[in-house]
Amino acid sequence: MAAPMLRWWCLGRRWVLACIDGGSRHGRGAAIGFTSSRKRGQTSVAQQPLITSQKSRKGEHEWAAVVGLEIHAQISSNSKLFSGSRVHFAAPPNSLVSFFDASLPGTLPVLNRRCVEAAVMTGLALNCRINKKSLFDRKHYFYADLPAGYQITQQRLPIAVNGSLAYSVCVGKKPSRVITKTVRIKQIQLEQDSGKSLHDELRSQTLIDLNRAGVGLLEVVLEPDMSCGEEAATAVRELQLILQALGTSRANMAEGQLRVDANVSVHHPGEPLGVRTEVKNLNSAKFLAKAIDSEIERQIHELENGREILNETRSFDYKLGCTMPMRDKEGKQDYRFMPEPNLPPLLLYDTESLPPGADPQQVINIDWIRERLPELPSETRERLIQQYGILPEHSFALLNEVGLLEFFQNVIKETRAEPKKVTSWVLNIFLGFLKQQNLAVNESPVTPSALAELLNLLDRKAISSTAAKQVFEELWRSEGKTPSQIVSEKQLELMQDQEALERACHTVMEGHPQVVMITCSTEGGFLGSRGQGPPSWPAQGQRQPEHSARSLSTAPLLSLKAQANKGWPGYIRSP
Amino acid sequence: MLGRTLREVSAALKQGQITPTELCQKCLSLIKKTKFLNAYITVSEEVALKQAEESEKRYKKGRSLGDLDGIPIAVKDNFSTSGIETTCASNMLKGYVPPYNATVVQKLLDQGAVLMGKTNLDEFAMGALGSDTGGSTRNPAAHCGVVGFKPSYGLVSRHGLIPLVNSMDVPGILTRCVDDAAIVLGMLAGHDPKDSTTIQDPVKPFTLPTLTDVSKLCIGIPKEYLAPELSGEVRSFWSKAANLFESEGAKVIEVSLPHTSYSIVCYHVLCTSEVASNMARFDGLEYVLGDKEEEPLRTVSQNVNIGQKCHRCDINVSTEAMYAATRREGFNDVVRGRILAGNFFLLKENYENYFIKAQKVRRLIANDFVKVFNSGVDVLLTPTTLRGAAPYLEFIKEDNRTRSAEDDIFTQAVNMAGLPAVSVPVALSNLGLPIGLQFIGRAFCDQQLLKIAKWFEKQVQFPVIQLQELMDDGSSISEIEKLASVSLKH
Repeated sequence: MAAPMLRWWCLGRRWVLACIDGGSRHGRGAAIGFTSSRKRGQTSVAQQPLITSQKSRKGEHEWAAVVGLEIHAQISSNSKLFSGSRVHFAAPPNSLVSFFDASLPGTLPVLNRRCVEAAVMTGLALNCRINKKSLFDRKHYFYADLPAGYQITQQRLPIAVNGSLAYSVCVGKKPSRVITKTVRIKQIQLEQDSGKSLHDELRSQTLIDLNRAGVGLLEVVLEPDMSCGEEAATAVRELQLILQALGTSRANMAEGQLRVDANVSVHHPGEPLGVRTEVKNLNSAKFLAKAIDSEIERQIHELENGREILNETRSFDYKLGCTMPMRDKEGKQDYRFMPEPNLPPLLLYDTESLPPGADPQQVINIDWIRERLPELPSETRERLIQQYGILPEHSFALLNEVGLLEFFQNVIKETRAEPKKVTSWVLNIFLGFLKQQNLAVNESPVTPSALAELLNLLDRKAISSTAAKQVFEELWRSEGKTPSQIVSEKQLELMQDQEALERACHTVMEGHPQVVMITCSTEGGFLGSRGQGPPSWPAQGQRQPEHSARSLSTAPLLSLKAQANKGWPGYIRSP
Repeated sequence: MLGRTLREVSAALKQGQITPTELCQKCLSLIKKTKFLNAYITVSEEVALKQAEESEKRYKKGRSLGDLDGIPIAVKDNFSTSGIETTCASNMLKGYVPPYNATVVQKLLDQGAVLMGKTNLDEFAMGALGSDTGGSTRNPAAHCGVVGFKPSYGLVSRHGLIPLVNSMDVPGILTRCVDDAAIVLGMLAGHDPKDSTTIQDPVKPFTLPTLTDVSKLCIGIPKEYLAPELSGEVRSFWSKAANLFESEGAKVIEVSLPHTSYSIVCYHVLCTSEVASNMARFDGLEYVLGDKEEEPLRTVSQNVNIGQKCHRCDINVSTEAMYAATRREGFNDVVRGRILAGNFFLLKENYENYFIKAQKVRRLIANDFVKVFNSGVDVLLTPTTLRGAAPYLEFIKEDNRTRSAEDDIFTQAVNMAGLPAVSVPVALSNLGLPIGLQFIGRAFCDQQLLKIAKWFEKQVQFPVIQLQELMDDGSSISEIEKLASVSLKH
């Protein structure tokens, strides 16, 4: 039961950090901003709440945590679930409100076909059984941003049930292993979003914006198959990627298109499940795992101190880093569910059951939708591994940033460089620069073509990899220039004239006989001691004024020589 | 002219015997003379005269929109009318001016009909007059000596009809004769994209054929409708009607609808539950416009100032406390009682025992009808009401629940099953008040039902009320007024 200590606690970027080989991160760490140590530090801090595998302080029992999720994803559609109002984020308040959305008496719901199709697509992608007949219900509660006094949802017979979601966690130190876990999906239901209440504490006013009222939501209920915040966060991340791949939701947590509630309980393995609490409104990827872990920790602490867990609703206070009871959710809610009488049962068909001569505008064919499902993230990763021979963890990293995969594929199209090389550049250098400046992939000043050209230069050994990084920095700073232009402006190309290069080497070596002596006597030779070798050597080389940049290119040459002659002696003999 | 049928008036308009404006003015003046009856909540005089004027222009140009052009109509005050206050006779909606027309209102206006105003009803139509949830079109029709037609559920759009019980509400049609009801049905029926519960098939306006031979018909007489409370007078007209069909060659048989007796109690659970849900939106803040400058969609606030603008509310405690106060103030006792009962039935612990059971009973009631019709019965013939209209003092003796239970005894089950039914006036009682009988048809066989009702109407020759005489002779009105006041003092 006890969850393994996971090497990272949250989403995308940490995955990259945990899994990518940091070999090329030398020297310019600060400039590239690939601050692995800082992030690693975060990782270890975040691991502390992971008590699931720890023995309790009193020593007798292990604790196990059980986590289930209810996820609300806003459906990406032109109009709302039951009205013709447009759906648009950040429109002026109350500008997207139909008579129905304002629940004027006598208005009736009319189901949006697109929302039903989105639910079917999502259900199929999550391996659900699609119910050919589903029903709508009213869920009653009074709140100012719920103008009808009830929400239309699918309580009794939802559109999709009994699915599963596979997600992968990365465990162990390098080389890390990717472990695939599965969480069962209880159901997916279609329902209306509420409006927004904006509380003006100063004037003790509540302002209502109904733009969001009636937008279609997919409520995805995940069974309590997870055991810590990280698993929950990873499952949510995978769901987010699936929704985005399907186009059924933009699933942007910051814009409220993906909202998560977690049911959390702890118990001793082998004993019945504990009393659960509901942690509400986990609306940022950052705090999702943290909130769940802190709630697990709180429950264990309470129980170990002889107190009880109350079945209550709590919210996460991100400033305090812990969960607090929600005061306005006190008292038992009875939602007084009732069938929605204004909507007939929602009937779906497959090719077999499709009534002959049915109007295609009036029926939805599940098989038709299934045949047109786009490639899902798990399939994309598998394809990347097969097609380019990259590591599984790299395939995750490529999918984790919006637009990164497309960028990668565009680079691949235009370069002769090895896919592995491209992966390393995209995930280490390129992504590192983006992260440092907090940019999205589509905001990058470096285009895929520019990076492809740079990698071509590197591939045909026109420049060294150190120079390539310098060119990349330059590309980042000065938009519009091509890598070739930068290389020639900065005179970064490798010297191809073997003799001239050798002459230059000799000049250097002859000028520094003592360094040469030390180098030759060091076990492993020059190459093996890079970074720890004679400290004066590279500096000396760089100080040669006429070769300032080019001298860097001697390293590969020297290495060739060294390999050919099994070390330095032959080379020293030659002059 | 006012006593004539729609078709007669339409012909007179086409021939220029009367203009739409003259007709409209005649109506307005009758409304004024009978104001003491409280028939109208809102008389939209200005709008009506303007509509009449436009209709007149069309007639002059020879571009009449059809049979309904220039015809005065009234709409019950639970149908949304754009720009005209729609209150459901409730404090909760006092001052609410809908920004849109109900589909049925729009369809009538598109045909050139002239809207005289909004007619009265129990608060949220809980027990009296135009839409039909449990008999509210047929009962008043029977008492007033006119035709009251409840179409099949799903045949006519409910969009814009402020709901009582969504699954039973149907816009009802009140006219002088069956043919007129058919004309209006032809205009209103059919799919409405704004109401998902309407049938998909298009319905075209139609002329009701005249039935000459009833010998192939089978008329069912449900034995359970012979209630002990049924007045002897009504019972005898019911028998006469059955005999009439039989004498003309129709097959008249006794049938059984064993679950109909549970209809009222079943209705009570389902109705109150839907009412509790439908009324949840009335928080006393949203629909009543405050100052003119204020947007229809304004802030809901815990602040007293804004609370006062929206509604008479001085609560500054919590949203819940504010709702409790505004809702208490906005709804009358009957509505509040139903909301309380409905919420009780919907509680998690009660849902199975009440709501689900009531739904099952509803299915049994509906199945009774299906069985009877499957056995070859074309229409059912029943009384519409237990007795003739009661004098006001008798009427107010009973509380609302008892009254509606009695009123709806013959009409309610039809709504449970979604069937079409029509009340046709038969004769006057000893007191000189009208009595009606009800025909119930198969679902979506509304035309066949009306065809049979039309034949029956022709046989009974019910005496038409002579409004023209009342109009011409001022003394008659005061006679009525005197009568009314006498009955009040009774």
